[in-house]
Amino acid sequence: MKKKILMFGWEFPPHNSGGLGTACHGLTKALIKKQTEIIFVLPKKLKGVDESFLKIISPDAPYTVMHAFDSPLSPYLNVKSYASDVFKDEPIYGRDLFEEVSRYAFFGEAIAKRRDFQIIHAHDWLSFGAGIKAKEKTGNPLIVHVHATEFDRGGGNSIDSRVYKIEREGMEKADKVIANSNFMKSIIVRHYGIPEEKIEVVHNGIDFSEEDTATESMHKIKEAGKKIVLFVGRLTLQKGPDYFITCAKKVCDFSDDIFFVISGSGDMEQQLLEKVAAMGISDKVLFTGFLRGERLKEMYKMADLFVLPSVSEPFGITPLESLINGTPVLLSKQSGVSEVLEHALKVDFWDTEEMANKIISALNYEPVCNCLKEYGRKEARNITWDKAAEKCIDIYNTL
Amino acid sequence: MPSVIYKIMPSVCFYFQVHQPFRIKKYSFFDIGKDSSYFDEEKDSELNNRFVMQKVAHKCYIPTNKMLLHLLRKYPDFHFSFSFSGVALEQMEKYSPEALASFQELVDTGRVEILGETYYHSLAFLYSKEEFRKQVLMNRRKIEELFSVKPRIFRCTELAYSNDIAKEAEKMGFKGILGEGVDSILGWRSPNFLYKSKGADIKLFLKNYRLSDDIAFRFSERSWKEYPLTADKFANWLSQANGSGETVNLFMDYETFGEHQWEETGIFKFLEDLPEKVLRDKDNNFLTLSQCENRYPVRDEIDVHHITSWADLERDLSAWMGNEMQKDALQKLYALEKDVLATGDEEIIDCWRKLQTSDQVYYMSTKGMGDGTVHNYFSPYGSPYDAFIYFINVLSDFKLRIKDNQKKYVERNKAEV
Repeated sequence: MKKKILMFGWEFPPHNSGGLGTACHGLTKALIKKQTEIIFVLPKKLKGVDESFLKIISPDAPYTVMHAFDSPLSPYLNVKSYASDVFKDEPIYGRDLFEEVSRYAFFGEAIAKRRDFQIIHAHDWLSFGAGIKAKEKTGNPLIVHVHATEFDRGGGNSIDSRVYKIEREGMEKADKVIANSNFMKSIIVRHYGIPEEKIEVVHNGIDFSEEDTATESMHKIKEAGKKIVLFVGRLTLQKGPDYFITCAKKVCDFSDDIFFVISGSGDMEQQLLEKVAAMGISDKVLFTGFLRGERLKEMYKMADLFVLPSVSEPFGITPLESLINGTPVLLSKQSGVSEVLEHALKVDFWDTEEMANKIISALNYEPVCNCLKEYGRKEARNITWDKAAEKCIDIYNTL
Repeated sequence: MPSVIYKIMPSVCFYFQVHQPFRIKKYSFFDIGKDSSYFDEEKDSELNNRFVMQKVAHKCYIPTNKMLLHLLRKYPDFHFSFSFSGVALEQMEKYSPEALASFQELVDTGRVEILGETYYHSLAFLYSKEEFRKQVLMNRRKIEELFSVKPRIFRCTELAYSNDIAKEAEKMGFKGILGEGVDSILGWRSPNFLYKSKGADIKLFLKNYRLSDDIAFRFSERSWKEYPLTADKFANWLSQANGSGETVNLFMDYETFGEHQWEETGIFKFLEDLPEKVLRDKDNNFLTLSQCENRYPVRDEIDVHHITSWADLERDLSAWMGNEMQKDALQKLYALEKDVLATGDEEIIDCWRKLQTSDQVYYMSTKGMGDGTVHNYFSPYGSPYDAFIYFINVLSDFKLRIKDNQKKYVERNKAEV
C-alpha cells in the first residue's frame, strides 16, 4: 500500500539557493510519479500575504499539496547570517535563528494535527524540530534525511553546539535516518553516535532534459587553444575554493593556456580575490558571481574540465550537472558523488599537487577528456531521482 | 573427427602462466624531464614491483612449486607445462631468487615443459612483426639460460590467437600453439581434440574454458551451484571426457594458486588431491603439451581471422584496446619503434619494451565500469584514467630522452668527424 508522506522540505528551483532545494524537487517529483502522495511543507517568506497557502504541485497527483510557512528560513542560514540578513521589521519572525526554528516546529505540529498521513520525512536540521513535533503529535514514524551536517558546513571548524544538538536530537528521535552517501553515513556514525543499522544510504539523482546535451556552440566562442577549468559552488570553506586556487597557481606556473573560472558567491569571496591577486594570477582566475539556469548551463558547456575540490561534500550534485552538459569532472575523494561516479578523475582535496597533475594531464591528453566525457555522461544519466525515490519507498514500507 | 571412437584416453594438459609486469609508479606531469625512473615506486604498495613479486612468491610461487614437486615425486606419470614472461623471470632473479630456484627444480625433473612467448608479455604482434619476433627470441634465450631447455610450443600474450599468429609461430619453428576454445570458432566441435591452424602446419591446442575457469575463477565462489569444488568432483568431470575427447586443456594463471584463490579457500588441498583422483581412472593421464602433440593426431582444421583471447565473455582484445586511451597509448608507443632502436641504447630499448607489457594498457580498461555492476578488473591504480595519465606522462618523458639521445649521437658523430 502506498503511504502518504508529510515532508518538511525546501524551496524548489529556480527560487532555491543551493543543492538542497534541487534535491527536494528531484526526489518529490520522482515520488509523485510513483504515485506516492506528499504533503510538502516548506518555509517561505510570504510577506504577510497569507498564513499558509495550498497549491497543487502536479496534476498527476491531485492529493499532493504544498503548505508554505511564512518564515525567512533557508537551507544555508547560520546564526550570523540570520541575524544580519533577515528582516527585522517582520514582528512575527523569531528574534534569532533558534527561535525561528522552534516557531517552525510548532507550525509542524499544527499541520500534523490537520492532515492525514502515515510517515514524516524531514530534510536537514532546520526542519528536524518540525518533524519531531509532528511525530509527537501523531505517533507516526519519522525519517530525517541528512544532506549536510554542521561538520560539513563548517569545513571541520567552528561547530555550533546548538545546531549540533538539534541535529543529534533529530537523528536520535527519528525511526530512520537517510544519508545521501556512505561518506555522510560515516560522519553520522562517527560524530552523532547513531548506530549504523539505523541509517540508510540513498544517493541523490540528477534531472536532465534532452536539450541539455545538444548545443556545443559556446565552445566555439572560446579562444583557440585556451582551456577552462571550472569551479561551481558557494565560496565557503566546505567547498574548498582555496584549494582550487592553490592548485590553479601550480597549473599557471606551468601553462599559459589554462584559465580558471569560479562561479558562486559566499563569505570567502573577498579573501579569495585577495589571494588570487597576491599570487599574481588574477588574469587567469575569473570570478563570475553566482550563476543559475541558462547562464550556468552555458558555463558548464564552455568549460573543459569541472573541478569539485570540496573539503567535505555529503553528496555534490554539480559534477552530475557538468557531465550532463558534456564536461568531464575531477572530484574530491571527500565527496559522496565520488561513490557513484566511476568515470571521473579523483584526488584528495588537500593534494593540490596531484590535482594540478590531473588537470594538466587531462587537458593535455585528449583521449582522457574524451573518455571521461563520453562514459561519464552516460553514467550520470543513470544516476536518477527515480532510483532514489524507489529506495525511499522501500524505506517507507519498512516503517 | 573419427566416426567410431574405440578407446580414447583423455589426457589432462595443465599449462600455468607465470607473469608479473613492471608496474609504472605514480608519475606526475611535473616529473616529466626530471625523473627517468618509471618503474621504481619506493613505498611498499601494489605499485612497488619488488613488494608485489615477493608477496606473490611467498603466497603462490614457492608453496605451489613445493606442492607440485611433491606431486611429481609421488606420481611418476604427473606432467604439466609452464609459460614464463621474461619480465617475470627478470624480477624473480632480482627480488626472489628462492622462487626462481624452486621453478628450476621443477623443470629439472624433466617432466615439466616450458612454452615460448614474448619476453615482455606484449601485444607487439599487432603492431610490429619484427619486434614481436625479437621478443620471442629474447624469451627463448632467457629460458635456455635459466632452465637449459628450448620451448617447442608457443603461446601468445593473453592467449591471443589467429591464423596469422599461428603462421608466424610456425615460421619461428614452433610445433604447436595455444588458443582459447571459443565457441564461435569451434562450432559443434569440442576443444578436447588437437586441431590444425588454417594456412599453417602447426598443431593447435584449445583451452577447455569451462573446466579451466571452474578452477581459476569459480573455485571459491559460494553462489556457484557446484561450490565447494572437490578434486573428486573435478576428476569425475574429466573422466566424462573419456570417449569424447583426447586432451583436456586446462590453461590458467599460475597465480590462481594462493594469490587469486587464497590458501584459505582450500585451493592447495584441491591441487594436492587432484592427481590421485584423476589417475584413479586408469584411462586418464597427465601430459605436457609436447607429449600431447606427439601422441595425438590432428582431427580438424580451425580458421580464425580475428584475434581471439582468453579474456571476458567476448574472448577478444577489447580489454586491452577497447577504448580511446588504450588505442592512443599503444599507437603512440609503437610509433616510437624506429627512433628507439636508432638510439642503440640498451636501457632505452629495454624501457620501451617494458612499456609494451600488456598489463599497462589493461589497467586503462573501462569495460563494465559505471553500469552499476561489479567489475573484477584488477588494477593497482585508482582508476583507468590514473593508469593512462601515469603511462602517458612517462611516455612524454621517454620521448624527451630519445631526443636527448639523438642530440648526443649527432654531437658524438660531429666530434669524430
